[in-house]
Amino acid sequence: MKTLSGRRAVWLVMKRELNTRLRTRSFVVGTVVLLVLLLGYVGFQTALAGSSDKSTVGLTGQAIGIAQQLQTQAALSGREVSTIVVTDPAEGRKKVEDGDLDALVSGSAAKLTATYKSSLDDQLRKVLDQVAQRQVLDGVLSSAQLEPAEVMAQVNSTHVRDDALSPEPADHTQRLVVGLVVAFLLYMSIITYGMMVAQGVVEEKSSRVVEILLASVRPWQLLLGKVIGLGLVGLTQLVILAAAGLVAASVTGVFTLSGFATGAALWGLLWYLLGFLLYATIYGALGSLVSRQEDTQSVVGPLNIVLVVGFIAGFNLLVQDPSSSATKVVSLIPLLSPILMPARISTGAAAGWEIALSLGLTLACVALLTWLGGRIYGNSVLRIGSRIKLSEALRG
Amino acid sequence: MTDGTLEIDGISKRYGAKVALDGVSFDVRAGELFGFVGSNGAGKTTTMRIALGVLAADGGEVRFDGRKITHETRTHIGYMPEERGLYPKMKVLDQLVYLAELHGLSANDAHRNAENWISRLGLADRRKDEVQKLSLGNQQRVQLAAALVHDPTVLVLDEPFSGLDPLAVDVMSGVLREKAAAGVPVVFSSHQLDLVERLCDRVGIIRGGRMVAVGTVDALTAGVSSKLVVTAPAAPDGWAAGLPGVRVLENHGATTVFDLEPGADDQAVLAAALATGPVTEFSRRRRSLTELFRDAVSDGAVANEGEPR
Repeated sequence: MKTLSGRRAVWLVMKRELNTRLRTRSFVVGTVVLLVLLLGYVGFQTALAGSSDKSTVGLTGQAIGIAQQLQTQAALSGREVSTIVVTDPAEGRKKVEDGDLDALVSGSAAKLTATYKSSLDDQLRKVLDQVAQRQVLDGVLSSAQLEPAEVMAQVNSTHVRDDALSPEPADHTQRLVVGLVVAFLLYMSIITYGMMVAQGVVEEKSSRVVEILLASVRPWQLLLGKVIGLGLVGLTQLVILAAAGLVAASVTGVFTLSGFATGAALWGLLWYLLGFLLYATIYGALGSLVSRQEDTQSVVGPLNIVLVVGFIAGFNLLVQDPSSSATKVVSLIPLLSPILMPARISTGAAAGWEIALSLGLTLACVALLTWLGGRIYGNSVLRIGSRIKLSEALRG
Repeated sequence: MTDGTLEIDGISKRYGAKVALDGVSFDVRAGELFGFVGSNGAGKTTTMRIALGVLAADGGEVRFDGRKITHETRTHIGYMPEERGLYPKMKVLDQLVYLAELHGLSANDAHRNAENWISRLGLADRRKDEVQKLSLGNQQRVQLAAALVHDPTVLVLDEPFSGLDPLAVDVMSGVLREKAAAGVPVVFSSHQLDLVERLCDRVGIIRGGRMVAVGTVDALTAGVSSKLVVTAPAAPDGWAAGLPGVRVLENHGATTVFDLEPGADDQAVLAAALATGPVTEFSRRRRSLTELFRDAVSDGAVANEGEPR
């Protein structure tokens, strides 16, 4: 006689979830949309970085001689300036008019004139000022019988001394951006796939197929298979997004810290698994309380609100200061850790003990909620009809 | 009993103060088609759900082959719930393969059986369609295939004939007969009593959570009055007055319909009729299951008379 082992039952249920979800159009479309958003964001950052740091300047007349100085001075203030020699000033003006040149510079080194369309970039103006001032200074120093190069070397080597009370980690902005992206993706994935667990449970109840299924598998096997299956679907999506994001970032060179971004992605995936396990059984349990798809929203609503409020509050705290004590406390709350802790890890603000503590608390919470969720589900999944009270489902 | 009999033994179930089942007992022998009839809400579905273990009984037990049914043996039952249950967005073939595998079949066997039942039930051209796109009758066929796809050793079907067209009824009847002939105990509930009477070896009637009759239709009707129809064109009015054990039910033209008490002598009636002249029709009609059912659910007059226990 054929019998079904528990592991095979869970495996079969999981496989069905993977097969039916991964092949759906909504999964493909959803992944593509998120991918486009993510790549668009990277592209936007690249464009932003590229456009503001680079300018093209036309030089004409006496000003042709300052090309070398202009580039040296620009490099000192972190800008890239390319110069073009323009022989005909009229033609140069036309190029400025057309936007091919950011500015046309003419006149002697000490008396430069910049011709531009509507406004001159502040940094470029500073660089040009410095070139002219340097010319004037050289003249003054020479007439005072001093060596301009020596004086300038002395001046340039004088800097303010650093004394930071709490130094910001290097590339703070990049880290924060990665952290926020991670928090957003985790929040989205947990809520999307958690809802799918609830809807899947209700679908089985509303179509009554659960009666046939439970004649051969036990309730916990059905719920566990569903949670693992949908969790893997979500993981697949996140892995695709993370890989695409990392590749795009390294190709375009948006992030100078590629190793750190990989680390952030790995932490993100780990926390996704924990967060999903934390929420999924509860979503499934709440779904089992109702028998119609229309009622799903009303039972899982409160849980969604916990996630939404946690995400919004946490997001704002992160933007303000990832290392403030408020952020710290909120990120240690087990229900919110899966979204906020990986973000704080990305920003480099999370201490080792905080990570360990939040992992421990979350795991304990996963165990507790899985037990509770399994109990509620087992007691209510076959009771088709009106909505079951939570207290009733708990008592069994 | 260890001969492949499904035994429902004294099952009780209450919902709060309401008693849904009160000591329901009957058995379905190997190779037997058992019809389970009763009004709506009498407890048919509850009994079947308990037999399948999707509902827990408050008392009593269900045995198969002499042993209490456990989760392991339950996977050998083919079940068709009253409310049709299939994944609406899953394709017919995938769905059947999945259900077969869940009942413990290997992937290969599951595929073979699924394809087999799909072609047997005339669903071959719909095998790649989603269930929700099928007509109600075809969904019903898929539902039957779902109950049969894992080669069950017991069949429990709740209202398998509801919503079927006459052709599908024939297909369904054929399949049930064939399973029974292969030695599987088959129990199904139905409101189509003529069908139950034609198809079933034995029937059970449930009323208000209690079994009021169990046995073959012949045995159940043996104890109650039957109908006698006599046509004697030359007979005068009142020709049958005073005959023992008969009562005139109807009189139209030369035809008289009698109610014949159990044990009464129908030949005395024939003799009396022949005495009036020619007799063109003389027939005795057994009570139909429908009439029996009506009696049973109205006053509970029929008891377990047909069942040797």
